Amino acid sequence: MSGFVPAPVARLPWSVLLLVTAIGGFGLVVLYSAAGGSVRPWVLPQGTRFAVFLIGSIVISRVPMEFWRRYAFWIYGLFLVLLFLVELLGAVRGGSQRWLGFGPIRIQPSEMMKVAIVLAMARFYDMLPAAETRRFQAVWPACVLIGLPAAFVMMQPDLGTGLMICFGGATVMFLAGIPLRLFIGGAVGAALAIPLAVNYVLHDYQRHRVLIFMDPESDPLGTGYHISQSKIAIGSGGLFGKGFMNGTQSHLDYLPEGHTDFVFATMAEEWGLLGGAFLIIAFLLVIRWGINVGVRAEDRFAKLAAAGLATTIFFYMAINLMMVMGLAPVVGIPLPLVSFGGSAQMTVLISLGIMMGIDRSTRCPQRW
Amino acid sequence: MARAPRIMTQAAQAYSFSRRAWLLGAAQAGVGGLLIGRMGWLAIAENEHYNLLSESNRVSMTMIPPRRGWIVDRHGQPIANNRADFRVDVIPDRLEDKDRTLALLRQILALTDEDMARIEADLKKAVGFRPVEIKENIDWDRFAAVQVRQPEMPGVAPTRGFARQYPAGAAVAHLTGYVGAASAEQYKATRDPLYNTPGFKLGKDGLEKTMEPLLRGKAGAKRVEVTARGKLVQELATRPDVPGRTLRLTIDAGLQEYAARRLGTNSGSAVVFDCQTGEMLAMVSMPAYDPNSFSSGISQSEWKMLSEDDHVPLMNKVTQGLYPPGSTVKPMNGLALLAAGVSPDERVFCSGAMRVGTGVFHCHKRGGHGPLDLKNAIMQSCDIYFYEMVRRVGYDRIAPVARALGLGQKFDLPLVTQRYGTVPDSAWKQRKYKTDWKVADSLNASIGQGYVLANPLQLAVMSSRIASGRNLVPTMIRDPFKPRADAMAIDPEHFRIIREAMNGVVNGGGTGGAARMLVPGIGLAAKTGTAQVRRITMAERRSGVLKNGQLPFKLRDHALFVCFAPYDNPRYAAAVVLEHNGHTVRNLDTPMIGRDIMTYLFDRERAMKSLAEVEPTWGGDIRTRMAAQDAAYRAAHAAPATVAEEVDETPATNARAVAAATDATNASAEAIANDVAAGAGPARTGSPEPETDAERRAAPADRDAGPQ
Repeated sequence: MSGFVPAPVARLPWSVLLLVTAIGGFGLVVLYSAAGGSVRPWVLPQGTRFAVFLIGSIVISRVPMEFWRRYAFWIYGLFLVLLFLVELLGAVRGGSQRWLGFGPIRIQPSEMMKVAIVLAMARFYDMLPAAETRRFQAVWPACVLIGLPAAFVMMQPDLGTGLMICFGGATVMFLAGIPLRLFIGGAVGAALAIPLAVNYVLHDYQRHRVLIFMDPESDPLGTGYHISQSKIAIGSGGLFGKGFMNGTQSHLDYLPEGHTDFVFATMAEEWGLLGGAFLIIAFLLVIRWGINVGVRAEDRFAKLAAAGLATTIFFYMAINLMMVMGLAPVVGIPLPLVSFGGSAQMTVLISLGIMMGIDRSTRCPQRW
Repeated sequence: MARAPRIMTQAAQAYSFSRRAWLLGAAQAGVGGLLIGRMGWLAIAENEHYNLLSESNRVSMTMIPPRRGWIVDRHGQPIANNRADFRVDVIPDRLEDKDRTLALLRQILALTDEDMARIEADLKKAVGFRPVEIKENIDWDRFAAVQVRQPEMPGVAPTRGFARQYPAGAAVAHLTGYVGAASAEQYKATRDPLYNTPGFKLGKDGLEKTMEPLLRGKAGAKRVEVTARGKLVQELATRPDVPGRTLRLTIDAGLQEYAARRLGTNSGSAVVFDCQTGEMLAMVSMPAYDPNSFSSGISQSEWKMLSEDDHVPLMNKVTQGLYPPGSTVKPMNGLALLAAGVSPDERVFCSGAMRVGTGVFHCHKRGGHGPLDLKNAIMQSCDIYFYEMVRRVGYDRIAPVARALGLGQKFDLPLVTQRYGTVPDSAWKQRKYKTDWKVADSLNASIGQGYVLANPLQLAVMSSRIASGRNLVPTMIRDPFKPRADAMAIDPEHFRIIREAMNGVVNGGGTGGAARMLVPGIGLAAKTGTAQVRRITMAERRSGVLKNGQLPFKLRDHALFVCFAPYDNPRYAAAVVLEHNGHTVRNLDTPMIGRDIMTYLFDRERAMKSLAEVEPTWGGDIRTRMAAQDAAYRAAHAAPATVAEEVDETPATNARAVAAATDATNASAEAIANDVAAGAGPARTGSPEPETDAERRAAPADRDAGPQ
């Protein structure tokens, strides 16, 4: 890099920052259209938050990796307690509660838990002697670490986030070298357990959604409506879309949640397959970068954390897109950086910050 | 890949990580590819399908009911047309506060409990944006009130449409029929969304029903872009409706209405034909319902009132009423006798009674007519002459002529129902009763009683064929290229003799003297008739046959009349049949009604003057009398608060009341016929006849020659 640019700035991973900004910027364009050609009520807060979190993410990238390693369990513990508090509050107030308010800031502990679980798991396998990896001691503490927050979140009830915590934790276990047969066995077990869970564990509305997912047309005006209308929006977009501001499904309110969970459908209606492919590829590039950070890292914690966080972003995207395209039940996972809402945005950008920090410490380990 | 070592080392761990990270990345790329593939499937392969769905989301189409074609008379005067109609509908999807909105509408539009019950029921069945009718035919003030308050009642749609209107009201009820909303069954059968559109009416009865394809037209469509919540975004292109075609009838609207009024309080019917073309000029069945109120949907109480009326207003008596034609068949008998070789000059001595086998058959004139030839027999309506002559030639020689003249025939007319009665002969009796034809059967048939049954339409056709000598085919729809009818295979000289005799009925001292035309120089030729509807026992005969005035309505004789004019160059022919008329009131009896109807065709003013004189004697014109009847009925029966029966499911002429009435009539006719034919019956009374003017003056009050 030339001398005009200060070294710390030049050292930033510009490619990934540009990609993330492109995704976020495209998201703002979509929200602008979804609001009927207005920066209110969504673009302004979303844009402001994005800028703040992106800067926050760069700031976080200055945090040395050692910090995350040292405090991984503390962070995990803190959010576990907060999760418990949320649960308690919900029980006291009646009904479900997902966030805690601190003045103007609302914190969703379950959202932060997606990051915390990856850090905690990475730390756990970092501590575990390599020789222990294929022993039972390598598995059960991990299961407890995953199981506790997942149980709290599912009790909220928030199936999507609970699943993402499990997936995030399982990914780190996988990367840590836990025997494959456990995963295969786990997958088989899940396949057997899902029908049982659907019948006995899930809440009524969740079960309903799962059943509707199997046959969306059975309930065209109820829960199946979301999926049907989303598919109509995506399908009617075609290759190039109906054009910016020309989406009828979103503008005429046929598409529910067109600015939050189903924002991808809003986008696809106006931008078509090309817009969709752009978003998916952009996300995959960000994720690939994150996994490469892990691969490049020397340190075991760094490897596991970076690849785990990248995969968390992947799960966000994959679950959301499968949901809007009718490949998965409606579980309420937003498309990060694009859907209106700060929580997922924050989670992804904090993850990005941590990954950038890891990247930085891999390149020049001696410096802050 | 080599199996991972059992004990992990750090190096092995790092290697394992790389491998698994690669695997993970590959899986993620795979999922990404899958997502793009899925999206491509939706957006490219199924694009058309989803585009369609998206369009049908976006665009909601409301049908515009087509304007119905007019029905006009031969001169182009409207018999059924469309008037502007203000109506209020609600669109269920857009209703925000149903109860509040309905309460408000109820107050503004003064809806009744019956209305509310129907609306609630309709709303329960309703789906989506398809409007549900609140009320049609609203006056301007109320309509404006709804329009003003529309903003506070989302979902309420005041619209201007068209409603069917029959200017002549009840006078054309059985000609045109009426229209009504499609029934649920009709909608289910066709799945045509038009059938569910408020304001759309289809023909339910009469010409409206039979000519439906011509009259309906093509619906227009209003396409609007709406949001998911039903909010209108913009109106897209609107396709206008194509109005139905105008149906031009052969009917003379003025004559139709005149005849309807002239029938007065009678339960009767009148049919008039143009003798040159066979075109129907009037087809009246009275009393009738008001097709205007039927078309906007009538209340249960109104339907009940019409069903209970012993004058059967729901029945089209012209085609559904079957009557023993009585003496009106005598001119036809005459033609048949002449064809069978009977000389017109041959006389039969009428002593007033005739013994056949064990039974005694009477003439309506107890003292007898003395010696009579054919012409005088027709003029005096002598029964003995026809008994004797038909006995000689046999009824099997008469029946073919009866059929040729139209009795027992079904005509190709756009009518909903035609009952075609009976022209009996030995083969028919063998088929129906498995018994031989008896002389008594011939005798009964010869005076138009017994098994003979005909409807007024057939009697009018018979009259027009006798008048013209042509095989006239009745038509109702105007056709300028209608071919002229062929002459009938009957000697024109025979026709001349019979027409002469029918002239004598009116103008030669016969039984129809009261029918003498009011127009100088126009001679009316006619034949009167009376059909008995009850048995007269020997005991009653001994103690004196009851007069019609003493009998309950249902037991009185039918009065019949066929005529044509001018007798020497027939132009018009008609039949008038009055149920249970009993010849009790002169003004309301067949000869004078027939005379006035025919007079209308030659001198409208004179006919109107005659009507103006007599109409007040029976309570005014049709509208006045119907309103009075309605008020009386409502006063006697508290308005029912029950949910309105879906009366529009059944066309009026298919109503239970009509079936019951026709069945009863036919059963009594058949019972009398069988009674006499079986030989068990003691004697016939002969054909009761209205008295001639001469008789009326001369006859003693206690004359027992049958009912008058």
